[in-house]
Amino acid sequence: MSSFEPKIVAFVCNWCTYAGADLTGTSRIKYAPNVKVIRFPCTGRIDFMLLLKAFARGADGIIVSGCHPNDCHYTSGNFHARRRWMVFRRLLDFLGIDVRRVHFFWISAAEGAKWAEMVNETVETVRKLGPFERYQKLTTAGVA
Amino acid sequence: MDDLRKKAKELLESKQAGVVIGYGNGTGDRVRAIFAQSPADADKLVFDDRCLQNLTVYLSKSEVRKIGKPAVVVTLPGLRTILQLASEKQVAENDIIVLGISPEGALLDLPGFKAITDYVASANLDYTDAEMRNLDEVLKLSLDERFQFWNDELSRCIKCYACRQACSLCYCSRCTVECNQPQWIAVPSHDLGDFEWHVMRAMHLAGRCVNCGDCARACPVDIPINLINHLLAQVTFDSFGLRSGTSPEADYALSTFRPDDKEDFIR
Amino acid sequence: MDTNKKLLKSQSLKDLLGKLTQSGKTVYAPKRKGDQVDFQPITSSEELAQNYVQTVQSPKSAVFPRVEELFRFRNNSDGVKLTERDVKTLPDMVLFGVRPCDAAGLQPLRAIFTWDYQDALFKSRMEKVTVISLACQSADEYCFCTSVGLSPGDPTGSDILLTKLSSGDFLAEIVTDQGKSLADSMTELFLPAPADAKPATLADVPIKFNHEELSKKLASLFDRTEVWVGQSLRCLGCGACAFVCPACACFDIQDEGTTHDGVRLRCWDSCGCSLFTLHTSGHNPREVQSQRWRQRVMHKFSYMPERLNVFGCVGCGRCSRACPVDMNLKEHLTAVMEVKA
Repeated sequence: MSSFEPKIVAFVCNWCTYAGADLTGTSRIKYAPNVKVIRFPCTGRIDFMLLLKAFARGADGIIVSGCHPNDCHYTSGNFHARRRWMVFRRLLDFLGIDVRRVHFFWISAAEGAKWAEMVNETVETVRKLGPFERYQKLTTAGVA
Repeated sequence: MDDLRKKAKELLESKQAGVVIGYGNGTGDRVRAIFAQSPADADKLVFDDRCLQNLTVYLSKSEVRKIGKPAVVVTLPGLRTILQLASEKQVAENDIIVLGISPEGALLDLPGFKAITDYVASANLDYTDAEMRNLDEVLKLSLDERFQFWNDELSRCIKCYACRQACSLCYCSRCTVECNQPQWIAVPSHDLGDFEWHVMRAMHLAGRCVNCGDCARACPVDIPINLINHLLAQVTFDSFGLRSGTSPEADYALSTFRPDDKEDFIR
Repeated sequence: MDTNKKLLKSQSLKDLLGKLTQSGKTVYAPKRKGDQVDFQPITSSEELAQNYVQTVQSPKSAVFPRVEELFRFRNNSDGVKLTERDVKTLPDMVLFGVRPCDAAGLQPLRAIFTWDYQDALFKSRMEKVTVISLACQSADEYCFCTSVGLSPGDPTGSDILLTKLSSGDFLAEIVTDQGKSLADSMTELFLPAPADAKPATLADVPIKFNHEELSKKLASLFDRTEVWVGQSLRCLGCGACAFVCPACACFDIQDEGTTHDGVRLRCWDSCGCSLFTLHTSGHNPREVQSQRWRQRVMHKFSYMPERLNVFGCVGCGRCSRACPVDMNLKEHLTAVMEVKA
């Protein structure tokens, strides 16, 4: 029986999570292959539209991950990001978008194991939620 | 109303103001914004409970500013707008004269930003019961019902941008949806374009919306678009203790932070 | 215009709509939603809105949709493949219960879309539309069809014009061949009209100005900046008026997709928007609202009559009803007539 393989897009910061994910690989830790990683200088660079575009292009789930508070390479980018996500998450929920499809982490360059664990958890959570069909419908509706 | 007209005449006669932006009678029993430039024009000013439009939107309009120093008739949302615009460096204290009106319809003496700040501080900025009921009616729906509700409402959006143009805080000369290298937010009014637009507008107004309701009143197809902005105003207050339009030097919630901001969803 | 008069009994309305729907046509008619009445696809006469003057939006989206796919493109290894719209798949539509002003509103659209360039999609959609209009028995303070050469009972643009009789039945005037073939396919519903059929009173819409004189007057007012500034100070520069207008045809082209494939879309645009005429150089010939307001008025009442022999306005009043700041077009045009030379 074939199981649904969710497509996960991960927006990660270069200095912490991306390096951490690298460590996962060099440590030969196996984890779910469903994630496509997109590297940013900092989580503070992540625009809300990036998440919406990911969903529109077929992502069933999204990971956003960066440096722990106080460890941001640019000092405060992740603090700004945190505020934005606190508001954005409530907006998505209000509009009927399941926020269990968007996961946020602080993963440092040393946390290779955590990256694998968090990706696996995200994939399983989104697998249970199924394909993000209602968003896909939005991308084709309303054109004559 | 008499006090207002008297004050307006005074300002125009003494040339302290070049234009008084206020309300006048319109089609049928509507009111409309009027721009009194002479004492005779000032007689056309009215004020009653039909007067809801946030007239501070005209402070960002070049052809209005060209007339001369504006005096603007405002109620609480308009007063908050002025403070918010001041904190965003869009309006200076000596740029404008404020003709504040109390909820009882009385003309207020608000000679400067400090007076406005004190007045706003003394006012109740919580949502009214009716406003909370409207918000709660959506919040109590299930996730799926909320999606259906907003899909039904937002897919009717024709992207006329009346909501944006009516909003006093949407003053960007080039809106994010008009940036096309690349075209970041979809322009057409298909379902996705409608969704993307309203999400982004809501985020750009989070912590800035002053609860005037003009967006919903302006919408030609009656989408309760103000509910989204109201929710985010509530969220920014609950999360960060910040409300828009309370001081001419306030911090904007989404460009500041506290190291101890608390959330429960980042692992 | 040759008309053929028939009688449609009030109880036949149900059957008429039933037959139209069953024949595979999409019936677009005024339907109530909350406080508003607007065009929706309907399948039964019970859905028809009653007791209203005018819908919020015009029926123009039947021939000029809000968002329309023009063609698709795919980047293949051997080149780009374009896939045009198959006009055979466009829906057959019946615009039912439109006002005479809306039926007439198809004329300015046709003039624009078949002027120098024959817009194939528009033409195909027009061919597939049948217009069954309903004469107006009431009007409000925003209506001014009579000032632009129309009237509450004018058959221009209709295939069949229905007028309610004092008996409650409808007088059906068969205006075009398309209307005739429809009526002939349902002779049990479109009965011969009795000679003494008396229409119920039509709406009274006092004439406020003469549109030909308005046209002439406007030609001399281009440089009277103070007129245009005065009228447009409160205008917010949104697109509400253009979008609800049956005669407005401005559009934007948007390409959406990836480097692999995508679609070219046409969608509504408005000359009232501040960046509508922004050039790539950065120059904007209509930088301020008064210039854009002047353009709106001149385009509809001066340039279009001059170049296309049709007015760009049918006096439906929707722009003024929808306007958030009460820009009342009838009032503005009357004021234009009173401007001293």
